[in-house]
Amino acid sequence: MPLQPVKFYQTGTFTVGNRLLAPEDRSVQANMQRTNSLNSGHRACQGCGEALGARYAIDAAMNASNRQLIAANATGCLEVFSTPYPETSWQIPWIHSLFGNAAAVATGIAAAIKVKRQKGQSGDVRVVAQGGDGGTTDIGFGCLSGMFERNDDVLYICYDNGGYMNTGVQRSSATPPAARTATTMPLGPEPGNPFGQGKFVPAIAMAHEIPYVATATVADLRDLEHKVTKAMGLRGARYIHILVPCPLGWGTASHDTIRMARLAKETGIFPVFSAEYGEIKSALAIRRPLPVEEYLRPQKRYAHLFGKSPAVATIARIQAQADKNIRKYGLLEKEVR
Amino acid sequence: MDKPFAITLNPGSSLANHTGSWRTSRPLYLDRLPPCNAACPAGEDIQGWLFHAESGDYEKAWRVLTENNPMPAIMGRVCYHPCEGGCNRQHLDESVGINSVERFLGDEAIKRGWKFDKPAHSTGKRVLVVGAGPSGLSAAYHLARLGHAVEIHEAGPLAGGMMRFGIPKYRLPREVLDAEVGRILETGVVLRLDTKVANIAESMKAGKFDAAFLAVGAHIGKRAYIPAGDATKIIDAVSVLRSMEGEDKPLLGRRVVIYGGGNTAIDVARTAKRLGASESIIVYRRTREKMPAHDFEVEEALQEGVMMKWLSTIKQAGEGNITIEKMELDEKGFPQSTGEFETLEADSVVLALGQDVDLSLLEGVPGLEINDGVVRVGDNMMTGAAGIFAGGDMVPSERTVTVGVGHGKKAARHIDAWLRGETHVPPAKHEIAGFDRLNTWYYSEAPHTIRPMLNIIRRQSTFDEVLGGLDETNAQFEARRCLSCGNCFECDNCYGVCPDNAVIKLGPGKRFEFNYDYCKGCGMCVTECPCGAIKMEAEEI
Repeated sequence: MPLQPVKFYQTGTFTVGNRLLAPEDRSVQANMQRTNSLNSGHRACQGCGEALGARYAIDAAMNASNRQLIAANATGCLEVFSTPYPETSWQIPWIHSLFGNAAAVATGIAAAIKVKRQKGQSGDVRVVAQGGDGGTTDIGFGCLSGMFERNDDVLYICYDNGGYMNTGVQRSSATPPAARTATTMPLGPEPGNPFGQGKFVPAIAMAHEIPYVATATVADLRDLEHKVTKAMGLRGARYIHILVPCPLGWGTASHDTIRMARLAKETGIFPVFSAEYGEIKSALAIRRPLPVEEYLRPQKRYAHLFGKSPAVATIARIQAQADKNIRKYGLLEKEVR
Repeated sequence: MDKPFAITLNPGSSLANHTGSWRTSRPLYLDRLPPCNAACPAGEDIQGWLFHAESGDYEKAWRVLTENNPMPAIMGRVCYHPCEGGCNRQHLDESVGINSVERFLGDEAIKRGWKFDKPAHSTGKRVLVVGAGPSGLSAAYHLARLGHAVEIHEAGPLAGGMMRFGIPKYRLPREVLDAEVGRILETGVVLRLDTKVANIAESMKAGKFDAAFLAVGAHIGKRAYIPAGDATKIIDAVSVLRSMEGEDKPLLGRRVVIYGGGNTAIDVARTAKRLGASESIIVYRRTREKMPAHDFEVEEALQEGVMMKWLSTIKQAGEGNITIEKMELDEKGFPQSTGEFETLEADSVVLALGQDVDLSLLEGVPGLEINDGVVRVGDNMMTGAAGIFAGGDMVPSERTVTVGVGHGKKAARHIDAWLRGETHVPPAKHEIAGFDRLNTWYYSEAPHTIRPMLNIIRRQSTFDEVLGGLDETNAQFEARRCLSCGNCFECDNCYGVCPDNAVIKLGPGKRFEFNYDYCKGCGMCVTECPCGAIKMEAEEI
């Protein structure tokens, strides 16, 4: 059953909660007893999209697994800000090994649980692996692809903020074209990150024909929770890619994190969809279509596009990419999901 | 303590790390004033009562509403709803149909027999209210609730004032009026009909009243000199509308000309049509845009076949016809004569040129100040004479039922304070919750609900109510279109969007509070609050 948005209850299902809805129809985040898997006191920047996305996703996974969950974490912002020795913000069983091996560690845990269950030593404990885009699309990509092709019983969640943010904003293979990073400076004939490089891992995950692949953003909580819940109801390799804006790396105001994610979706820059066994099953329709400038202009990493002589051609190329997403995923077709 | 190899510290929670110390500005919950409330002449807490209607608790909604206005079924019919003109939703799709929900609540209360609570205590003070119109009834209701003994002296044979003798039945059925007046009287207010107060000082002395509220209205139709023969009937609009309440309906003839451009002119023209006039023509010296009548009423009148002669004045009334002169507007928008004349057939001419106040009851009262035919009152609604307050059409104001009701409430609060030897200081108003304070992304799309209208044949021939009401399902839908501007409606957004779990949810009806130990001051809760009920304030560093 796809998620049915509630049509009209003042705010429908757009807000986190809604006093006019029955409690069982409200989001996990609206619940006073939510797990708060990633607790207060973590050292993420003000307005961190990743901290928010991680709590959204892991709380939903905890809820869906009856709180029987172990998480393996790649190196990255999420690991660094949540667990400076000897403190931890995690209120779940959680393990960190290396930058590139989160998927492999999770595979190992899943294998161990399988054996323990056969011996009657364990209940049905579920496994999640998580990492940023650096640990997923670059450094951990080999382990990730292996986990996919073996169809290991792991949900891998990638929090994509488009770069290596905690080490000083370096480029990753998820950094979008034209974006300024410390390693793609706005200099020369093609300032910023070059066009035609990088990769979109959700499409690669789909090519593995695993049971479930989905994208989400921190701006659509109900969609995100639905996808995590759906993934937790399946067995085998599953992949969810969540766009999490980074005020530091993107050069946006800390209060605009959710707004930026919303703009990424509404402009078609970031397609929000789900796929099963390599086939697209649903796409979250654009509600109020906007040109990509609306998304680019507030971000300092694109400031070089909007100087005295705006880089019209570059903006048009980005718009063309968004238009392609809109066509490819049917983002303007109503009632897709 | 034994620790594993290479481990020197005990594991700890990040709760030890008070990230609130990073903050340079802090979020604060606040209530802002919704523009509907700010625009309401009766001072209703509209957002407050819609909140309860949204969840289907109509009785609670009605009780919150009637704390400020005891006559919602009447308001839901005759109020020109400035609230809807202020409504922020008009910038999104269309204003919330506040007036239609108010009428639904009022009708529901009549249907279900909801009553006002009896006053809890008695102050032993006596207040005389002169006039049982909207202003007088409102003042009486509020004074009675405050524990005062209230007596209304009404010159006419029935209560209601202009609501009965000015507003036609097709806009306000009399059963509705009677029900809401009756409910006010049940709180212990004494109503004396056919009791004209000839001299206020004497009446107060005779009845041992400690204070008085005057709300006699404006019932004398203004006249204009029109040279006329004996044959043409010239009457004033107030008399026409008043006689509609009696046994003998006014005889206006087949062709009726109404002179004036206000709501009263429209009321008479539509009444004439219903009485069987084949032609009902409004003659007005300026243009439709300049007409003081409300546009929707002009529109409804046109639909019913009322005709309009813009830019015209009546020069002369002859036998069975009148002479009108065409006008043109000068640069300042004032009509000027053109010297062009035209003849219109007319059996009667009704003058709807405004009304004057009968101020005879005030003769000999020292300290009173009368300007332009109306009584001067201070900010506390008190006239120049101590203990005598006034409101409604007899004081300088916009002459509508809602303004009158607002005057009554305001005066009641000041009278109450005055009787205790104190001064009523209204609480400071919250800042307005303007449209730019809202994050409208979160509201779902919902078009305005259309109220049913009586069919045109019955509108032209009967006095049945023209505009229908909402039923429960669409009244609740309409209530839920409210954006709750400036006031938390517990959508949980702040609780959800905080990356630091620094918002504490206190449970249904209790709203939220911030945990400043961990709030880093990112401001996401402020940006993502749909209704603008959180603000950022700089920390003192």
